[in-house]
Amino acid sequence: MDEEYDAIVLGTGLKECILSGMLSVSGKKVLHIDRNKYYGGESASITPLEELFSRFGAPAPDETYGRGRDWNADLIPKFLMANGSLVKLLIHTGVTRYLEFKSVEGSYVYKGGKISKVPVDQKEALASDLMGMFEKRRFRNFLIYVQDVREDDPKSWKDMDPNILTMQQVYDKFGLDKNTQDFTGHALALYRNDDYLNDKALTTIRRIKLYSDSLARYGKSPYLYPMYGLGELPQGFARLSAIYGGTYMLDKPIDEIVVENGHVVGVKSGEEIARCKQVYCDPSYIPSRVNKTAQVVRCICLMDHPVPNTRDALSTQIIIPQKQVGRKSDIYVSLVSYTHQVAAKGWFIAMVSTTVETDNPEAEIKPGLELLGPIRQKFVSVSDFFQPTDDGVSSQIFISKSFDATTHFETTCDDVLDIFRRGTGEDFDFSKVKHDLGEEEP
Amino acid sequence: MANRGGAQRPNGSTQGKICQFKLVLLGESAVGKSSLVLRFVKGQFHEYQESTIGAAFLTQTVCLDDTTVKFEIWDTAGQERYHSLAPMYYRGAQAAIVVYDITNQDTFGRAKSWVKELQRQASPNIVIALSGNKADLANKRMVEYEEAQAYAEENGLLFMETSAKTAMNVNDIFLAIGELKQFEILLKNLSKENYLY
Repeated sequence: MDEEYDAIVLGTGLKECILSGMLSVSGKKVLHIDRNKYYGGESASITPLEELFSRFGAPAPDETYGRGRDWNADLIPKFLMANGSLVKLLIHTGVTRYLEFKSVEGSYVYKGGKISKVPVDQKEALASDLMGMFEKRRFRNFLIYVQDVREDDPKSWKDMDPNILTMQQVYDKFGLDKNTQDFTGHALALYRNDDYLNDKALTTIRRIKLYSDSLARYGKSPYLYPMYGLGELPQGFARLSAIYGGTYMLDKPIDEIVVENGHVVGVKSGEEIARCKQVYCDPSYIPSRVNKTAQVVRCICLMDHPVPNTRDALSTQIIIPQKQVGRKSDIYVSLVSYTHQVAAKGWFIAMVSTTVETDNPEAEIKPGLELLGPIRQKFVSVSDFFQPTDDGVSSQIFISKSFDATTHFETTCDDVLDIFRRGTGEDFDFSKVKHDLGEEEP
Repeated sequence: MANRGGAQRPNGSTQGKICQFKLVLLGESAVGKSSLVLRFVKGQFHEYQESTIGAAFLTQTVCLDDTTVKFEIWDTAGQERYHSLAPMYYRGAQAAIVVYDITNQDTFGRAKSWVKELQRQASPNIVIALSGNKADLANKRMVEYEEAQAYAEENGLLFMETSAKTAMNVNDIFLAIGELKQFEILLKNLSKENYLY
């Protein structure tokens, strides 16, 4: 450890592992440390099941749960958008070769106490039970408009310039009612609140296109999920970093991030000091340079059946738009199961999460829990959402944000790419990944 | 992986008598893991092989009778150095070569703990081979052949002493693994047929 590095990365959460991989690929000498003896930090998948129970102070699971080692329970629920940034990162870095994915079977939205499949194309829109007959026609026209918009071709805008009009104005042009606006904004464009209504329409149109392009790749839903759980993702990027020369140390306590004249110079563990020019880390490694800006409540639910009214889907996402339950932020439900090698045969793991708005977070997720049917075991946690106090440029300490309540990795990737840009002064050059390395027949 | 339900790893499948599987290398740093692979895949040896950089995995195809066996060989990428190998590494591995250096007793002890780790973590039908590498340095030997062989027999491991430098037993240890896997698949297919008819 007593050496000099270009960058020291602290914590092996997904963001730090992607950064570590990108830095190593860019030719930087990287030391990557975690205080835990496992990879993943907050984005680990907990195994065996006994470990999950003891983490939440529950008595050990009985034998009906099957083999403990067949379980890999995520602490943070997220899916990958099939056409989203993380998939692009995985493909461009070649990390896909270490992982396998399954398409998520269903995507649902909550309306008036029950759930309906999210309609994404004209055919589904016409068959949907979310809207009346006339509303269906209006929604269909809206979808056609969105699909046809090309950003560089004003003719495709049909006299509705998405660079000028707000999203609310576009909705109004098509005469869409509040309910339709609700599931379009929250279940297709995946906004967490209604602030987007007053922003220009183009951003929302891009997000709806991302949803439908993602859907077009595999058909059933726009989401993908990795076999053996989300914890595989940081491990995959850590391997990328190691392959390009990154050094890994788990189970290594960090005692101090050493700063001289306002600039980071190294990291101290016990009597050892590793010197470096930069530090990249998650908020838990440097509490003095982050602010708590929100809280997220998450409830892990172990069940021996799928979610009712989802056609027995083995994986699902359900979005409860804020207005449907009188809230300011959406509630998300995600479900994965034994088919993803994250639970013993016959078992399902649902997760209900939302941004905390009251001093009784557990009550806030009730509408989500009520959709699930009988739950065998619940684990509720409330975690703080931290943001760095500055951009890190002067101290060269670059801190990632905590994982937010969104159900996909788009904001995760935005944060990573932004940190990389601040840290290196340039965008990541994917051409530095040597795709043929070791792949070809000799 | 067949007994793991829905997993779709391509390992161990027989398509027109092609069998492909993931093989992982384990062992203390500097026992010659990468050198063994380099010798097997490219027929090369470098006296001062640098610590592993750059290869995600290497593939090598060999023909055994009428079966084509394709090895997808994973190297540790140095992550074993501070005991930081990710569980993903052994995930779905159908075979492992655990390597020690015959001139260094500590590396043999470490090899034994890797075997234990595999028996605990890896899939139950994994084939494990033990390789006592640097056999060309027999004059500095610290681990007796008989001791390692007895340990291998006790634990149901394939065992050979190898030298990546002279190429001694390098192809042989990979081929022995290939033959075992081929045989395993043959047995599986036979029992499948018996089951059907």
